Amino acid sequence: MIVRIQTEDFDAGAEIRQLRLSRADVGAVVSFIGQVRDLNDGTSVSALTLEHYPGMTEKALEDILTNAKQRWNIFDGLIIHRVGTLAPQDQIVLVTIIGAHRGEAFSACEYVMDYLKTEAPFWKKEQTSDGERWVDARVSDTQARSRWEN
Amino acid sequence: MIKLLYFARLREALGISEEDYAHDTALTVASLVQVLTARGGVWHEEFGGKKTIRAAINQVLVKSDAVIADGDEVAFFPPVTGG
Repeated sequence: MIVRIQTEDFDAGAEIRQLRLSRADVGAVVSFIGQVRDLNDGTSVSALTLEHYPGMTEKALEDILTNAKQRWNIFDGLIIHRVGTLAPQDQIVLVTIIGAHRGEAFSACEYVMDYLKTEAPFWKKEQTSDGERWVDARVSDTQARSRWEN
Repeated sequence: MIKLLYFARLREALGISEEDYAHDTALTVASLVQVLTARGGVWHEEFGGKKTIRAAINQVLVKSDAVIADGDEVAFFPPVTGG
């Protein structure tokens, strides 16, 4: 299980390859990459600054991966999340799940992202043409998470 | 003595990222929120109930009835927006 929070960019190909080759019984590798958009709620975004809670954020991400491993039949998982100031088209987050078969790996990857979005202490502030603004949490993210709650 | 931390929009609005807080009586998250609200001004604005605030004790998310012990680290922050 790998959790990293960093300001620098990541090489998704290299990260995925390393996890994929970590064991020979891997049959499925599912990844999600989040990218900074240049538009949010109809306003153009020139930069995004991500703040986190050092210590708690790492623990929250480890808990999410641990819960995913208990819930789904997967082998392992990786989360890399960037903080600091990012530009449109920068990568924000990488989640990779390895397992024997695709079904559980797909579900686990969605599960990890849904919980990351609603439980991991990160906050986004956008620089827009109208000035700076903190991004509001989306109800749709909480709804997406709620499908895993029973 | 407990340590209070504020993050993101809350940190900016309050103009403070952390403080030590001495207390005589037993505290829950809810009673601490009442104390902070009573500071008035921007504190009332942020903690008075109009805005959603989440709390963590020792880096674990908690609900408002959670009990705070001496030496705890208590963090307040807006709903999270990572990913």
